[in-house]
Amino acid sequence: MNKFLLLPLVLFIALVGFLLIGLHRDPHEVPSPLINKPAPDFKLSQLREPNKTFTPQEMRGKVWVLNFWGTWCVACREEHPLLLEYSKTGAVPIYGVDYKDDRAAAMQMLDEEGDPYTLTASDPDGRVSIDYGVYGAPESYLIDRNGVIRFKQIGPITRDVWQKEILPRAKQLNQ
Amino acid sequence: MKLGARSANYMYRLMKRGFFLWAIVLVLAGAITAKEAQPNEDPKIEQRMKALTEQLRCLVCQNETLADSRADLAEDLRRQIREQMKAGKSDQEILAFLTDRYGDFVLYNPPVKKTTYLLWFGPFILLIAGTTVLYRYLKRRRELISDQPLTSDERKRAEEILRSEIG
Repeated sequence: MNKFLLLPLVLFIALVGFLLIGLHRDPHEVPSPLINKPAPDFKLSQLREPNKTFTPQEMRGKVWVLNFWGTWCVACREEHPLLLEYSKTGAVPIYGVDYKDDRAAAMQMLDEEGDPYTLTASDPDGRVSIDYGVYGAPESYLIDRNGVIRFKQIGPITRDVWQKEILPRAKQLNQ
Repeated sequence: MKLGARSANYMYRLMKRGFFLWAIVLVLAGAITAKEAQPNEDPKIEQRMKALTEQLRCLVCQNETLADSRADLAEDLRRQIREQMKAGKSDQEILAFLTDRYGDFVLYNPPVKKTTYLLWFGPFILLIAGTTVLYRYLKRRRELISDQPLTSDERKRAEEILRSEIG
């Protein structure tokens, strides 16, 4: 009998436990089905030289980061100084996709605040971003030598993310 | 008393009529704004798209359907769904297009597969477990309460008590 009387209490504690775990998880972080899948191919015009194109095919053999951003995106501006700092270390090349943005505004921002990107491509109607499953900029993808996505960061890259998630993976992939 | 009941009934009818009027107004308003949103589109495709996107989650405002959301991304996705429908893609192909990019999370109606077994069958398992526990508990309790027939003395006393209570 006593065993059964304790059951509701045990169930209640379990429920509270689940709710507590739920509190610390971000429902906006949706696991991407693209992890360990080939990065979707695209051909976009370059931001600074619109008559030139960029395609991820050119990056075969390199480990690199593809970062989706826009001048309209507040969190991207937050991330910007860190990207600048990390691009200077040269550990992992960062390429940008300017997502649903005004070309002139994007170039102006990069000129004024610094340009962390080896190259930026322009995705004015957001189609490539949809192919990558972007739903809230900034989002960043770590892509390996064979063009396979190995890690996705939803939201701004923080020091923690760079040092604990991106750098170690990039080092391992470069070996 | 009667008058009060009648007037209450009358009030109820008035309210009911008011409710219906409001419902009609709201439905009409919805129809008008829906028409305004996409004046040049093929109504058949719009209808099909609405039916499909009502089962899909908008990733930006996660508690809204893709049909209702005003987020930029939802608009772009609706545009792409519209294009694919015009290109003759089936609903299944369009759903695959979306889940390839955003995962099953976009589906309000998740598919039955290994990772969702608990989601689909968990409630039934809990129901069966609950019923079993309840059944066993009740059975045990019945066994604990054993029927002991009254002795003739006790019966006499019980009848006396009953009689005095009625009297």
